Amino acid sequence: MKFTLGWLKEHLETEASLEQITDKLTMLGLEVDSVHNPAEALAPFRVAYVIEAKQHPNADRLRVCRVQTADGEIQVVCGAPNARTGMKAVFAPEGSYVPGTGITLKATEIRGEASSGMLVSERELELSDDHDGIIDLSASDPAVGTPFAKVMGLDDPIIEIGLTPNRGDCAGIRGIARDLAAAGLGVLKPAPYSQSVPGSFVSPIGVHLEAGDACPMFVGRYIRGVKNGPSPAWLQRRLKAIGLRPISALVDITNYFTFDRARPLHVFDADKVHGDIHVRFGKPGEMLEALDGRTYTADETMCMIADEKLGEAFGGIMGGEPSGCSEETVNVFVESAWFDPVRTAATGRKLGIHSDARYRFERGVDPQSLASGAEAAAQMITELCGGEASEPVIAGQEPAWKRSFGFRPERVAQLTGVSVDKAEARQTLEALGFTWQEGCQGIAVAPPSWRPDVHGEADLVEEVIRVHGYDAIPIVPLPRLSSLPQPAMTEQQARRPRARRALAGRGLLEAVTFSFLPKAQAAKFGGGENKLTVANPISEDLNQMRPSILPNLLDAAVRNRNFGQRSGGLFEVGPQYRDPSAGGQDLMASGIRWGQTGPRHWAEAPRTVDAFDAKADVLAALEAAGAPVANAQVAAEAPGWYHPGQSGSIRLGKVVLATFGALHPAILRDYDIDAAAVGFECFLDNIPVPRAKGGKSRSLLKVEPLLPVERDFAFLVAADVSADALARAARQADKTMITEVSVFDVYTGKGVPEGQKSLAVSVTYQPRGATLTDEQIEALGAKVVAAVAKATGGVLRG
Amino acid sequence: MATAIDQLRVDLLSQVAAAASSAALEEVRVSALGRKGAITEQMKTLGQLPPDERRAAGQAFNALKDEVAAALEARKAGLESAELEARLAQERIDVTLPARPQPDGRLHPLMQTWDELVAIFGEMGFVIAEGPDIEDDWHNFTALNIPEEHPARQEMDTFYLQEHDGHRPVLRTHTSPVQIRTMLTQKPPIRIIVPGRTFRSDHDATHSPMFHQVEGLVIDESTHMGHLKGTLIEFCRAFFGIDDLPVRFRNSHFPFTEPSAEVDIGCSRKGGGLTIGAGDDWLEILGSGMVHPKVLEYCGIDSTKYQGWAFGMGIERIAMLKYGIPDLRTMYDSDLRWLRHYGFMPLDVPSMLGGLAR
Repeated sequence: MKFTLGWLKEHLETEASLEQITDKLTMLGLEVDSVHNPAEALAPFRVAYVIEAKQHPNADRLRVCRVQTADGEIQVVCGAPNARTGMKAVFAPEGSYVPGTGITLKATEIRGEASSGMLVSERELELSDDHDGIIDLSASDPAVGTPFAKVMGLDDPIIEIGLTPNRGDCAGIRGIARDLAAAGLGVLKPAPYSQSVPGSFVSPIGVHLEAGDACPMFVGRYIRGVKNGPSPAWLQRRLKAIGLRPISALVDITNYFTFDRARPLHVFDADKVHGDIHVRFGKPGEMLEALDGRTYTADETMCMIADEKLGEAFGGIMGGEPSGCSEETVNVFVESAWFDPVRTAATGRKLGIHSDARYRFERGVDPQSLASGAEAAAQMITELCGGEASEPVIAGQEPAWKRSFGFRPERVAQLTGVSVDKAEARQTLEALGFTWQEGCQGIAVAPPSWRPDVHGEADLVEEVIRVHGYDAIPIVPLPRLSSLPQPAMTEQQARRPRARRALAGRGLLEAVTFSFLPKAQAAKFGGGENKLTVANPISEDLNQMRPSILPNLLDAAVRNRNFGQRSGGLFEVGPQYRDPSAGGQDLMASGIRWGQTGPRHWAEAPRTVDAFDAKADVLAALEAAGAPVANAQVAAEAPGWYHPGQSGSIRLGKVVLATFGALHPAILRDYDIDAAAVGFECFLDNIPVPRAKGGKSRSLLKVEPLLPVERDFAFLVAADVSADALARAARQADKTMITEVSVFDVYTGKGVPEGQKSLAVSVTYQPRGATLTDEQIEALGAKVVAAVAKATGGVLRG
Repeated sequence: MATAIDQLRVDLLSQVAAAASSAALEEVRVSALGRKGAITEQMKTLGQLPPDERRAAGQAFNALKDEVAAALEARKAGLESAELEARLAQERIDVTLPARPQPDGRLHPLMQTWDELVAIFGEMGFVIAEGPDIEDDWHNFTALNIPEEHPARQEMDTFYLQEHDGHRPVLRTHTSPVQIRTMLTQKPPIRIIVPGRTFRSDHDATHSPMFHQVEGLVIDESTHMGHLKGTLIEFCRAFFGIDDLPVRFRNSHFPFTEPSAEVDIGCSRKGGGLTIGAGDDWLEILGSGMVHPKVLEYCGIDSTKYQGWAFGMGIERIAMLKYGIPDLRTMYDSDLRWLRHYGFMPLDVPSMLGGLAR
């Protein structure tokens, strides 16, 4: 919403400065977006008097002018045909920037004659396209030195506010003035153009309302014998200042009241209307060329203003070209109506029309403004265009708007912490147009017709406090609930930061990627079902909720590789989606690594990443997140996007805590990654919650005083025997004495028969109470060999 | 005899001095003091001397023996230290070579900011609440007093999933539905913050179709806008680390709060850049207000007994302001170079006591 300070002052008697006004507007909830004074760019240009304009001795088309300026007499060489002795012109001095030419003026010599500054045209000041000659102010004869902006009435700052959707009343300058007056920044003047224009005949055009609630009331006025043409300069200047293009007096008048009073109006060329006006719903397929020159198709939900033949306007949105006013219009029919906000918004959206009328109707136009709007229009039209007005045509009645709410002044202090006394609350509300009634039941406050946004006591409190000032709200610390704060996170919630920090600690970089991805990619990672498809995606690349974070990370890997990052690792802790229900979202800690384990190094060669890097990531994340990793089992099973022979899952019983492994070569081919890549996915929500009872106490540490004994064994086993199975068997051989079994070598090749492998383990015996004798050690070794043989068929390698 | 001893002293001491290595010195020791060494051999001849000479010669031999032993010891120490010197010189390495590569991961500045928010509000007694990203119309709009015809409910602003079993799920447009979920399941007093993902149908330099918000909600019998103001001023100053950061509350409008306030922080735009702090300008960073009585009633909370306030802000926005990140879109690019540059060390855990950020 744009307006000028001068326009505002037509409604507000005030001594306040521009800055006081804009500050107050912002604090009142009418946030000032920008303030622009066109006079600033015109500041160097002042009125000058041409003492003499004589022919240039060396150029036919140039004149040498002696110019009286505010700074004394100056010689200017001028090429304008209208430069003449005795005229008042606009002088741009040396050093000034001329916006229309983009040139900063310098003293010069033109064909042998000195020239300083210039006499300017309207185009050179970007006021119009007029370049037939320099500006001639002789008619108004302003004093030499007067700022040109002042002469032109351009010394009027333009203020733009960002209007919140509840304040339709402030889509009119009068509403803004009313807020400022209530806040003590002046007095609201009586509204201009509020005399009633007597009607001298009955309108030949009648109005019939046939669209129910869509348009409950319509006031029309027929004005005959008008002379349309350009509107007066003051009106054009105002409209131009707020970015509107003056069209003709009749149209400009409707635009004027749209902004002045948030009262959109429409004028029909009455001679182009066939019979009476019918307000009805659109007919399927009905076409209308609107005033923006485009043709739109109506439907049966849209409210149309029609005559007996055709639809002539989209009610509350835009008029139609066929019945629009032109220079030739002599008889007009003025429409001042009320259109339902919800329907207007819906129609506007469907048609894709953003108009000043729609902006106001969808926010709610004052239902009491129909008659006064029609009067104001009639008054201004007859004043500017002549003519004779009919008696008003009034169809329907105001939509109901009267209501009132109980108001307890103490609620202001209870809700805002500011005590505002009853008298002030009353004064504020009354200044805003509310009515205050006090009775034995308490206070009842009724909002004015232009405030459809007020629905209860809390809204009244807001009116009082915003006018009183938010700066008065005290700064009160939030009382502590306990002297020390409780933890902000539950154990489950704390998994997120713990997993993130563990993974970053392993050298991965944390990514944040979108929750959606292309449907085709989702399908390769177990998703892609329609129930998780975005119905109105912003692009086809973002049309499916992600079933896994890995595809997004792979995408990122591709981008990074294209930027020369041939190796790297990323992780993300965030949601993935199984189904659209409230419980259909899983919190994941997922990551990938690609290329080499690190940069080339003088002491240590990097190697290609493999499934065990991903396994280490998974275990670190799970452990940090509080999973009982020591009790978990590893199985060689993983979803289809992993390499089937190089992937696994980590489980607690049947619950999958994580999957990891090399990514499937087919997936890498799809993403065009010609390097090794591994990934992992931890289901953080699947980690069991530790039991709360028992506190934080650890079990007692028992340190054996005797040195442990280590013995190595190498077994030949079938190639498909898992290292884990063998190690477990060895461990089980003697549960008290054997405390650790670790696999330290895996070998196939020379010396190992085809289809077999050699697994070497180191077994730790912990003597208890007494040192182990050689015989005891022998016996333990035999137990290990027997247990491994039994569980895996492995034999001790010779 | 005396001359022979003197001669032997000179010989042996010069041999000790001449020994160039520990091994050579050992040979000298054996040849001097060994069972068949020169001194030992000479001492064997003592018996042949007359008794009166024997005593004096014996003492002289013992003194020589001690003197040679001391010389050997001194020479040995000298040789060992020289050998160590030589070894150390040989073992010299180029310490300017790079150390072995260590894991060097980084945390995303957005998620670090998330942790900072939790640290600050946690200190003020807020606990985290969470809810699903895929919501229904009721939680996302209706219960927040956003009517059916509100522009926010239209497809141009809000993402919907395809209709399924007669429902058309919505990707939550704000974290506010978690207010509703919390009020429906918990009794006041309530003091929560809700960080999370949010979605809006917008994609340009300053809007992303997915972004993060943090929501705050306090409900009890008497909390008012003064507490809201106190809490948010404390938050803004702690978060940006500026003790005198100007914070301004001004009237605004949201369907779910009444009265509503937008909150600006002080800044300066002098010289083209943006600096947070006392200055001549304001920067809007969050929206807030007293919870609308209708919202309380939707959640089954008696609005004549309880009242409260809520606020919401974009995590990306405050992270960008605090850490000088110029472009929103880079947040989601997963560019390793960007993440290393703007990221945080894994051990930098934000806390009010240990420091929010360095």
